Amino acid sequence: MSSDPAAWAGHLDHPPRMGFFTDTSVCIGCKACEVACKEWNAVPEDGLSLSGMSYDNTVGLGASTWRHVAFIEQPEQPAGPGDGVRWLMASDVCKHCTESACLDVCPTGALFRTEFGTVVVQDDVCNGCGYCVPACPFGVIARREQDGQAHKCTLCYDRLGAGQEPACAKACPTKSIQFGPLDELRERARLRVQDLHAAGQDDARLYLDDPDDGIGGGGAFFLLLDEPEVYGLPPDPVVTTRDLPDMWRHVAIAAAGLAATAVALGLGRRRR
Amino acid sequence: MSGVNVPVRRGGSGQRRRRRGGEQPMVPDAEFTSYYGRPVIKEPVWRVPDVPGYFFLGGLAGASSVLAAGAQLSGYRKLARVAKAGALGAISLSTVALVHDLGRPARFANMLRVFKPSSPMSVGSWLLAGYGPLAGAAAVSEATGVLPRAGLAATLAAGLLGPGVATYTAALICDTAVPAWHEGYREMPYVFAGSAASAAGGLGLLATHPDDAEPARNLAVLGAAVELIAKRQLLARLARSSGQSLAEPYEAGTTGAILRLAEFLTAGALAGAVLGRHSRAVSALSGASLVAASALTRFGIFEAGMASARDPRYTIVPQRDRIAR
Repeated sequence: MSSDPAAWAGHLDHPPRMGFFTDTSVCIGCKACEVACKEWNAVPEDGLSLSGMSYDNTVGLGASTWRHVAFIEQPEQPAGPGDGVRWLMASDVCKHCTESACLDVCPTGALFRTEFGTVVVQDDVCNGCGYCVPACPFGVIARREQDGQAHKCTLCYDRLGAGQEPACAKACPTKSIQFGPLDELRERARLRVQDLHAAGQDDARLYLDDPDDGIGGGGAFFLLLDEPEVYGLPPDPVVTTRDLPDMWRHVAIAAAGLAATAVALGLGRRRR
Repeated sequence: MSGVNVPVRRGGSGQRRRRRGGEQPMVPDAEFTSYYGRPVIKEPVWRVPDVPGYFFLGGLAGASSVLAAGAQLSGYRKLARVAKAGALGAISLSTVALVHDLGRPARFANMLRVFKPSSPMSVGSWLLAGYGPLAGAAAVSEATGVLPRAGLAATLAAGLLGPGVATYTAALICDTAVPAWHEGYREMPYVFAGSAASAAGGLGLLATHPDDAEPARNLAVLGAAVELIAKRQLLARLARSSGQSLAEPYEAGTTGAILRLAEFLTAGALAGAVLGRHSRAVSALSGASLVAASALTRFGIFEAGMASARDPRYTIVPQRDRIAR
């Protein structure tokens, strides 16, 4: 694979890129991933209220929610023998983008690329500037009220270092969350989609598995059963920094114009 | 289970559909799907007035240093003095606003831990670290008469870095996933440069006698004209955004009213600065209007971006349209 973000970041002799493949077709909505993540990473409680959004009272990823299970109830088409409902459940997580906007825009270097190709915030460096928050095309990273710093999924960097799999994948009872070398996961996911299509599940599709997409492919990618936006995911995310060279070009022209104005003003008629 | 609810909302709330003059939209709303109407991206955590105030003050400071350098070179000493004081005051206040907005203000020095061209905030921090002391030295030397040669050098150097301070903030907001900011990145730097120049020129007009303010008037007129044109071009591009106009957040509700007021003030002040150039009162009023308009413009642009982040329509529909094409 040509996309090797750990090497770009200067990790010369690094382990294979590790990631998540979340196969939502076997998710049962148990939220064990949410609980395991909170427990292992000591992520604080962030609200105990009812949202009215099906069984989803977590609502979305945030500074203190690093796994989020979405629940979608759809009318079954064609109507089956059951209750007429198609349930879609999907465990969302940080995508650990190949081209990562949060990492690019972080002014302190608090966000960094690990040797596993994942993206992690250093708690002792982040000064809470908040730039990463609107940079993320998925709305993953956020600033925690209590400490004023940005937080998100670390892909259990501590567990990876000890040869363990992340807590959410460990806890998942159906292997909806699969952890492993990204190349292997991509291959496995392609076979899974083929199987589902052969079984008549025509709407199965992979999301963020393509190294040529707008984020260079996700370190975490998904098998979905409907359009991404149904799950609250952007249909065609593009890392904002792809346009940054062009932005700097326009800033340079505008700034040069302003500086030229100073010269023009200075050439004016001298007085007094 | 009975009474199945379909939680996935199609279409938006409709309140944004109101247009000026009550005309009917010619194109029906694009249908789109979202997860319970929840935003896809996170709204910036930057606070009002800290961050839009910082954009305004940083622009005022940077362009004031441009004015100070020009005025000094052409012998407008009173104007140069005003512009240097304005630059120092504005950059001091803006730095306070910036540090105040951090989640961990005590760690503000971490901004200079690394230099990253991929982060406009990193580039801006280094620009400020270079520019701030220069603007300070220029103003202090001018006020006290100490070290006039070093003061002149600082004035010229601040005039060189000032344009960067005034315009990098455009890249700062555009280099995000916020649709109404990002898609305007080709015009935003010119809007910010024009707005900064008109504010600095306005301050000069406000604080000096018209006879001593010719460079300020020239800067104000040029800046206001650039700002008005660039803002129109920005909105025209955003209105053409595929599938969903991204100009809407700039035109709807309070934000729309703020930006229209800013445009009205800028255009009025432009006329006043030119036609009333012999009247102290008209010049001062025009100057004050330009300063106010520049602040309103930054607050309006800030709020438009926030609104576009909150509504999933602005994220999803253009992306969906991009795939379809």
